[in-house]
Amino acid sequence: MEWIGLLNYALFMGIFIGIYALLALGLNIQWGFAGLFNAGIAGFFAVGAYTSAILTSAPADGRIGGYDLPFVIGWIAAMVAAAAIAWPIGKICLRFRSDYLAIATIGVAEIIRLVIKSEETLTNSARGIAGLPRPFGEWPYVESQAAFLVLVAAIVLVVYLLVERQFNSPWGRMMRAIRDNELAARAMGKDVEYRRLEAFIFGAAIMGLGGALFAHFNRSITPEAIDPMVATFLVWIMLILGGSGNNRGAILGAAVVWTIWSVSEIATDQLPHEYAVKAKYIRLFLIGLLLQLVLRFRSEGLLPEPLRGDQGNSGIDRERSVQS
Amino acid sequence: MLELDQLVMDFSGFRAVNRCSFKVGEGTITGLIGPNGAGKTTLFNMIAGALVPTSGKITFEGKDITGLSSNALFARGLVRTFQIPHEFHRLTAMENLMMVPPRQPGEKLWANWFSWRNVCRDEVEVERNALEALDFLGLTHVAHERAGNLSGGQKKLLELGRTMMTDAKLVLLDEPAAGVNRTLLRKLEEKIAILNRERGYTFILIEHDMEMIEKLCDPVVCMAEGKVLIEGDFQTVRSDPQVLEAYLGERSEAA
Repeated sequence: MEWIGLLNYALFMGIFIGIYALLALGLNIQWGFAGLFNAGIAGFFAVGAYTSAILTSAPADGRIGGYDLPFVIGWIAAMVAAAAIAWPIGKICLRFRSDYLAIATIGVAEIIRLVIKSEETLTNSARGIAGLPRPFGEWPYVESQAAFLVLVAAIVLVVYLLVERQFNSPWGRMMRAIRDNELAARAMGKDVEYRRLEAFIFGAAIMGLGGALFAHFNRSITPEAIDPMVATFLVWIMLILGGSGNNRGAILGAAVVWTIWSVSEIATDQLPHEYAVKAKYIRLFLIGLLLQLVLRFRSEGLLPEPLRGDQGNSGIDRERSVQS
Repeated sequence: MLELDQLVMDFSGFRAVNRCSFKVGEGTITGLIGPNGAGKTTLFNMIAGALVPTSGKITFEGKDITGLSSNALFARGLVRTFQIPHEFHRLTAMENLMMVPPRQPGEKLWANWFSWRNVCRDEVEVERNALEALDFLGLTHVAHERAGNLSGGQKKLLELGRTMMTDAKLVLLDEPAAGVNRTLLRKLEEKIAILNRERGYTFILIEHDMEMIEKLCDPVVCMAEGKVLIEGDFQTVRSDPQVLEAYLGERSEAA
């Protein structure tokens, strides 16, 4: 029965890679396209997860929500809510230069986490919200995992295609221009503040979707899941390692980093008990080391940002050849 | 077309531009000369909306444009280039031009998902214009090169090219010839003259290359220490004793 265990593990890993791929794609819109240093991914992730949890969980006493809605509505609402939260944050914070934006977004994410942790009536504070419906949850275990993986993969594919289309379009070109040279983009008539806000909200919505998928996969969400280490910095490492500005790179980065993160846990679990707990921290070290090596030897990431738009291999050119 | 009235710019106690007034007529190429630190670029920044003047008024086509943002001014046909090239370095030369046209349908997020055909149709047009501009500037061979990899002179040309991608009326050129070799310089002069003649662009040109000023500019405005010293045709300005003292510094030779 060993192989069933392995298969399960692989499915589990695949699902997490899919969820992280969404977060990395969201961050790629903000950082890779628009150059916005968002260090508060965990905040949008949490808003998405909790929005969907509140809407889809069963009614409970002393708590707002529990509307028992289907998960699809929860997921759409998660994107809307994350976008709605991103709007005022962006309005205030996007005026800062990038390093200040990073600090401001870390702060905002912490505020969101603390609110969730202490707000009894909305989020059931530290106990979190449990009993969320999971798509295909009633199926036998392995089949259910496999079906969920297929669903996640399909969502990642759709999001990838939507984001890739934007990257190649005039919108993406304008965003990359703003990223490369704000002053010149302004002088070329582009409304920099508004466009940045657009990218920020777009990215946040996808992060919110990632959060919702995470919550429904676990059937529950607790404030512990919104740890900045795993919900923010791991995503940053994925994007930088995979190649910021490259959507495939974002997905590849998610796969590579999560595999290392997850397999190294198995490795440390093999150690005698007194070391196993301490050894968990070596994983953080490993990830940090990896980041250092990538930045030193391949700073543009595994898959560097491609040349776009006018290369004859873009979506627009393909479309054109169809027309002619 | 453009009228500057008593413009003042203070940088925390330092007065970079002091009561500057002059007019720019439609279809002219106005040369703006003066020693380093005379306030020429500051003046440009105010006209182009990058800086808000401390006091004074800027009128463009009869309308007060003082303090408008640079993207609003762009929409009115006021386009600038930069003294130090501000190319979009990770975009290709082609993309640098293609990003310029305003109100492209593909600049809307939704349009790219829901009316992609429409976006593509517009792109074909934009691409043709960009190719034309690159051809005009002799940059076709580097069309698909990242702009950051171009030479300094090519970046200067690319900046000029960006002004060709929109319906510009007034173009502000900040030292287009700086760092450009002699051959390319003559070409640049030619391009500016053609744009002025055929497209009806009005230019204001900051330049230290007197040959270029002499060939292209009428009138010429000379600034020093934040003030306008004199305004007139090249010969008048060139032989003005004040200008010689402050800038050209060749009094004995010219006199």
